[in-house]
Amino acid sequence: MVNWIKDIIRPKIKTMFSKIKDVPENMWVPCPKCSTLMYRKDLHNHLNVCPKCDYHLFLQVGDRFDSLFDDGKYTLVDLPKVKDDPINFKDLKKYKDRLETYRAKTKSQDAIAVASGKIGKNEAVVCAFNFEFMGGSMGTFVGEAILKGAELAVKKNAAFIVIPASGGARMQESVLSLMQMARTTVAVNKVREAGLPYIVVFANPTLGGVSASFAMLGDIHIAEKGAVIGFAGKRVIEQTIKQKLPPEFQTAEYLKDQGMVDIVVHRKDLKDTLSNLLKMLMHNK
Amino acid sequence: MIYLDFEKDIKELDVKIEELSALKETPVRKGKIAKLVAKRDEELEKLYSNLSSWDRVQVARHAKRPHTLDYINGMIDGFIELSGDRAFSNDDAIIGGIGYLGDTAVMVIGQEKGRDTESRIKHNFGMPKPEGYRKAIRLMKLADKFSLPVIFLVDTAGAFPGADAEARGQAEAIARSIQECLDIEVPSVCVVIGEGGSGGAIAIAVANTVFMLENSVYSVISPEGCASILWRSQEHKEEATKALKMTADDLLDLGIIDNIIKEPVGGAHRNKEETISNVKEALKDEIKKLSKLSKKQVREKRILKFENMTRK
Repeated sequence: MVNWIKDIIRPKIKTMFSKIKDVPENMWVPCPKCSTLMYRKDLHNHLNVCPKCDYHLFLQVGDRFDSLFDDGKYTLVDLPKVKDDPINFKDLKKYKDRLETYRAKTKSQDAIAVASGKIGKNEAVVCAFNFEFMGGSMGTFVGEAILKGAELAVKKNAAFIVIPASGGARMQESVLSLMQMARTTVAVNKVREAGLPYIVVFANPTLGGVSASFAMLGDIHIAEKGAVIGFAGKRVIEQTIKQKLPPEFQTAEYLKDQGMVDIVVHRKDLKDTLSNLLKMLMHNK
Repeated sequence: MIYLDFEKDIKELDVKIEELSALKETPVRKGKIAKLVAKRDEELEKLYSNLSSWDRVQVARHAKRPHTLDYINGMIDGFIELSGDRAFSNDDAIIGGIGYLGDTAVMVIGQEKGRDTESRIKHNFGMPKPEGYRKAIRLMKLADKFSLPVIFLVDTAGAFPGADAEARGQAEAIARSIQECLDIEVPSVCVVIGEGGSGGAIAIAVANTVFMLENSVYSVISPEGCASILWRSQEHKEEATKALKMTADDLLDLGIIDNIIKEPVGGAHRNKEETISNVKEALKDEIKKLSKLSKKQVREKRILKFENMTRK
């Protein structure tokens, strides 16, 4: 097709995301789980997985797309504009100011990016959450992006893949965020009606309104090792039941045991798993 | 009568009225009482026409506010309760069943908080577990199969945040319930009658028409929860309430709900019968309107409504 467009666009994206990677003061990164100090570049080469304990750190969306799409080639999808701060929200800080801060810090518009391309030669549209943008919280922007991604998947007869990494609905848009639970369900229903695969890849963490809507409606649920997945946060549950919860509670492995997740994968195996699944799911179509 | 903090003056007047009424009736006393009643009603009207959003949260949570079972008893004839999710258990935080609204057979699905200690425990304070949402899904499918319009009554602080609920897939149950709400081909009307608490509420609030009672609230998080996260202290709950824009007026302005159902002066708890009758009339009118649509139209209209929501 028009590969030259992808080739022109891609290097730009690369620079955009690599800026964040090259911060020198972060040369050494401690593993949040086992505290091993890792050289940032090594960690990056390991897809942000601790080589010692396999803890999966957040993988930036650009790296995520690079690691999943064939030859690292994909097209970033233009996402619909939404009104900033629709309910004029202010806590200790103005929501508008928070948005600005996060935009400057993460170089992205909001908590999600969408890309299309091929995964194991299968057409796919991937929505990846940016946990570093306000905890990957879902507001109107994220809702619109998922609708757009789903519609594009239907249009292109492609598989639809969502990779949530989110604390839940965004408080600063209140009930408008809550409504995204219904709207994202509308989105994935469109993919369902087109008979196309919808795969959810649970990244750490997937909670609240995100897990209680589109994320739990996949044809297949894949979870990255150790990812925390649940509805309520662990602290809230502990306060409710007045008991300490075991460390494995709400982990990917626990959810698999409970029957909520099909497959738990190491990040390095994710692309192959997705490629094989998509190939088989589309085999007789 | 349980008085809220902002109802002190009303309480004083009520006490005076009660004291005088307890004494032997004389024409003078009768006149005095009538005057006091008129004054109280006037004060009440003034007070309730000017409630702050935090006041409304308290009215929405009032212990004497009519609950789902009151609405079922008051407006549904021949109600037969249906129980269980056919997989794990029966969750009384969600009550469901069939009955007549006027001369139309309908499915009613609503959250019930309970009234006294015993019934609150039975209904888990209106906080459903996965089996509650799975019962709701089952009943929606049943309604769909037998062409029964569905009435949703929302009144929950939120889905139950317990370890058992998590273990059985609270998130998945809510997600499937939202999906089922969108899928059914029968008219659906939702009324937020008290508290619309986050995901636990929207699980049964994706309907063709969504009404809110005048003093009900609906939000992504409770004011207390929001205050403790964003202000780092629950003491800021009043500011959080305001910021969250969670009253019926707010939601109508934001285009999230379709209309507001009036409450009697002094709130729903001061006149249950009138409140229930207002809700009944609104439901009858709306279901009549929606019943003119074809199955396909009723579903498509609902989907489009939510797809376009929050876009303007």
